[in-house]
Amino acid sequence: MELENLRFGTELLKRGFAKMQKGGVIMDVTTPEQAMIAEEAGAVAVMALHAVPADIRKMGGVARMADPKVIEEIIDAVTIPVMAKVRIGHFVEAQILEAIGVDMIDESEVLTPADEFHIDKTKFKVPFVCGARNLGEALRRIKEGAAMIRTKGEAGTGDVSQAVRHMKMIMGDIRKLKGMNSEELMKFAREIEADPELVAECARLQRLPVVNFAAGGIATPADAALMMQLGADGVFVGSGIFKSERPEAMAAAIVEAVHHYDEPEVLARVSRGLGRPMRGIDVTTLPEGEALQARGW
Amino acid sequence: MRRIGVIAIQGDVSEHISAIEAAGGQAVPVRRAGVIPTCSGIVIPGGESTTIGRQLEKTGIATEIKEAAANDVPVLATCAGLVLAAKEIDAGDVKPLGLIDISVGRNAFGPQRESFEADIDVAGFDRPYRAVFIRAPVVLRCGEGVQEIARFGGRTVAVRQRNIIGLAFHPELTGDLRFHRMLLEMT
Repeated sequence: MELENLRFGTELLKRGFAKMQKGGVIMDVTTPEQAMIAEEAGAVAVMALHAVPADIRKMGGVARMADPKVIEEIIDAVTIPVMAKVRIGHFVEAQILEAIGVDMIDESEVLTPADEFHIDKTKFKVPFVCGARNLGEALRRIKEGAAMIRTKGEAGTGDVSQAVRHMKMIMGDIRKLKGMNSEELMKFAREIEADPELVAECARLQRLPVVNFAAGGIATPADAALMMQLGADGVFVGSGIFKSERPEAMAAAIVEAVHHYDEPEVLARVSRGLGRPMRGIDVTTLPEGEALQARGW
Repeated sequence: MRRIGVIAIQGDVSEHISAIEAAGGQAVPVRRAGVIPTCSGIVIPGGESTTIGRQLEKTGIATEIKEAAANDVPVLATCAGLVLAAKEIDAGDVKPLGLIDISVGRNAFGPQRESFEADIDVAGFDRPYRAVFIRAPVVLRCGEGVQEIARFGGRTVAVRQRNIIGLAFHPELTGDLRFHRMLLEMT
């Protein structure tokens, strides 16, 4: 009796897992030691990588899924969930990550795409998070089975401007849906190349039907609070922590900033004396073709 | 209307707020000290127990919850909330609130791919409850006065000790409001 109604990997479980991350900070880590620092600072989860995006940018070449051995060592080092990245469209890297017991997979533009099409995420028990720049892109990923969306921003730059732009585009498009009748919603769905039912759902909920995080360029507590005030459900911090002068202090301060995102006095207190943040790159100076956000569709 | 404080530090806070409101209560998000003493019931939601536990201590909300629970204010603690409400935790360096005399094992079923939903029998309910387990904990030991109200696969997944209800699963994700109604009836 008990086993007949037992279900794994349902939409409810995948989206439910993402909901448990809300109001939290997910930090990029490359070693078990960094993962422990992140957990100690109050991260809700860690993203296991072979190199942080700023270094991936510098190294060039093809960026792939991290070594499963490193990911397993990170899983063993912490009690919080561990996520890891696969290349866009690389469903075998995703099968490998599911097999080693990663809690969530990021199908990420930070790695070199393996295909112009994205993974059919409904085939997996493990939930996926995907990047998006606008509502159409977000809803295409949700239609493919993504349980969580994050802004693409511009990873590895420490420049928050693109994350801001993408969050505003998603939120702005959802606000536009308010008051549209069914014909207008259909037309809009067609324009943004998104599933009409998902568009109608966004119109009704006045938000995405899944958790929506900010990512791509967040480097300070103020950046994190900015994204929360713009409507993010939580934040990913990539290079911003372990490329800063004092990672422990920066990590803890960003966690505090996300919890108290609308309290300027607290933000002022936690922003004090953190040392140098990551140096960063002004995205307007990025040479053509180096923008990671253009990967995927 | 009965005012229920929903601990709003991290996790699925808005889902609990909606469930309390659907069950006929008034939900108040609690992000800082000073609110709990004005509430006649408390919800501690799911999320990451390490993250929530730290902020409960830092903000002083932890002390207020302990005082309210000692004064018979009913508490519904789910998933990470159950971990925090326990007396002892098996792993990680979370400081629990010690509201219920139980030991809890964190993430007892394995990684997220092993998360599951299933119908379970709950003491006092006339039909099964659809329980959603997400990287769920289990109760390893129940002290005296702790009533086990549901089991799954031979493990304890729901308990009650006087005014405190602790669930390893997520009643806020299914739309089945029986546990939220139970909390409101206890106020």
